[in-house]
Amino acid sequence: MGDLDERCAALRAQIAATEAQLAGLKSELASAQEAAAAKSNHAELSDNQQAQPKSASRWPLLQEEYKRYGRQMIVSQVGLEGEFHSSDMGLSGNGDHESLTMSSSDWAGQLKLRAAKVLLVGAGGLGCPAAQYLAGAGVGTLGLIDGDTVEVSNLHRQVLHRSRNVGKYKVDSAIESLRELNPHPNYIAHRTHLTPSEAPQIFAQYDLILDCTDNPATRYLISDTAVLMGKPLVSASALRTEGQLMVLNNPPRPPGDKQGGPCYRCVFPKPPPADSVVSCADGGILGPVVGTMGVLQALEAIKVITAMAGKGEAQNGGTGAQQSPLLHMFSAYSNPLFRTIRIRSRRTNCAVCSAEATVTLDTITSGSTDYVFFCGSAHSPSLLAPDERISAREYNEKYPGSDLGRQGSSASSSHTMIDVRDKVQFGICSLGDSINIPISNILASTSTGETPSWVPAELATSESNDPIYVVCRLGNDSQLAVQKLKDLGLDRGGKRYIGDIRGGLRAWREQVDSEWPEY
Amino acid sequence: MSDGTKGAAGPSIPITVEFTGGLELLFGNERKHKVSLPACMDDGNPTNIAYLLPYLVDNLMQDQRKEMFIMEGNVRPGILVLINDADWELEGEETYELQPGDNIVFVSTLHGG
Repeated sequence: MGDLDERCAALRAQIAATEAQLAGLKSELASAQEAAAAKSNHAELSDNQQAQPKSASRWPLLQEEYKRYGRQMIVSQVGLEGEFHSSDMGLSGNGDHESLTMSSSDWAGQLKLRAAKVLLVGAGGLGCPAAQYLAGAGVGTLGLIDGDTVEVSNLHRQVLHRSRNVGKYKVDSAIESLRELNPHPNYIAHRTHLTPSEAPQIFAQYDLILDCTDNPATRYLISDTAVLMGKPLVSASALRTEGQLMVLNNPPRPPGDKQGGPCYRCVFPKPPPADSVVSCADGGILGPVVGTMGVLQALEAIKVITAMAGKGEAQNGGTGAQQSPLLHMFSAYSNPLFRTIRIRSRRTNCAVCSAEATVTLDTITSGSTDYVFFCGSAHSPSLLAPDERISAREYNEKYPGSDLGRQGSSASSSHTMIDVRDKVQFGICSLGDSINIPISNILASTSTGETPSWVPAELATSESNDPIYVVCRLGNDSQLAVQKLKDLGLDRGGKRYIGDIRGGLRAWREQVDSEWPEY
Repeated sequence: MSDGTKGAAGPSIPITVEFTGGLELLFGNERKHKVSLPACMDDGNPTNIAYLLPYLVDNLMQDQRKEMFIMEGNVRPGILVLINDADWELEGEETYELQPGDNIVFVSTLHGG
């Protein structure tokens, strides 16, 4: 047995080492290809400028790129709306404008894409599909910023990450996949969470920002920085079965310019209360839902990039700029699936994009605009006194085997365990003898008058003083439930113990049953 | 679809109210509600959104956590109100006078990604 274990360990180590070597070789190859592509592109451009005929210089894209991008280049919206001017986006500084413009008008959108530098903040459920399509479309520079590492619970929706990359930085894992998809773009990894002190200098390297993050504080930081750095912003979010998408600060104009598109603060001047914000970890998320929103972000990004007007024609160039700003909502279980609504334009007293702005690059980088304070933070509630709570281990010692439904051999071990998770989660796993009363039922009842219908008859009517315990996923809702049960007088003036399991079923897994499913 | 119609004397305005983005969880997990409101408020003026907000809390909301929907007399931050597919800020916010057949949507912003 020991020999076999050793052999397995040795093989695993060998595989890991070989995989690391392979990854190294792949990334070396990718950089070499990148360098080669950049060199030939540069050669073509300078050749073009100098009007030196040379077989490779007649076409601004590589043969392989015509094949790779051909299907999207012949779509007229990319070709026509993406009409190219050599002054665009600083592609070629002082070359022969006329010849480049004339020879390239039909596929100019592709050149704009190649010249574009796009930053994705977040390499998760939104960032993965968005990056995948932007890389596929040939966006020249793709930056990804995220300080998280890949977890197994990410894989159902964060489609660039592979099982073998669990534990790796998300940005590295994502770029590894993107390179396999398309080696041409220049990929930039920022292995950190976006911070106010660094945001402006990072945004400065890009033309367009995608907000693929998961919390209000970062969303405000991204929007503020995008406005002040003059970058359009494609912002999306998703939870459970729904998603939302907006293109903000488009066109990007300086604060006070009413022609500019609204920013996140124009739409949401005040952040939501922290305890109303639900994360994907708590609320759940369907992969294709967040995937839909990420793909739509890539689409809006392509529309913005191919519509970006050259200098001096900003007024009539491009799509979207003159349209009323929109919010797109997706709801997987509603009909219609999509709904688009008109939203307001720039707010005349917006804290960032109006003439009365109080947020500036200085207040952001210095920290005097405090995003964490602004959005608040939801602390795990501590509503109960220590003696109203019991650890998972203590509970198990007191009632051994009750999780397997073996309670009640002696009267002294009799008690009631109420699980207040919703019934879907209760169905995934539950303690053997627990009963399910979802917290939403408990909170929906008014506190006045008679005993609400969710209270089990045996608790409401019997004279028993057997204790009642409450458990939930993490130990927050269970505290609310204990309070509610006491408010209803079920503790019989203190004669009956009512308490919760500290840390919920997560603690149960940690302290009692390591085989308990972690979902 | 639930029916939140309440018998009221005098002419009434039938409207549809929808909750999305998780707000439906506060309203019995029902997204779409048919509501019939009196055509005039107590002061004789036409019924507006300001009347609708407390009406929804008193008649449709099932969750007790009122502050998840209304804060300081207005919808809580992070909720968009849409009147016939336009942000209510384009329509006069709570002063908008309801018309028969109006579709009023309350959307909670999502933050996940």
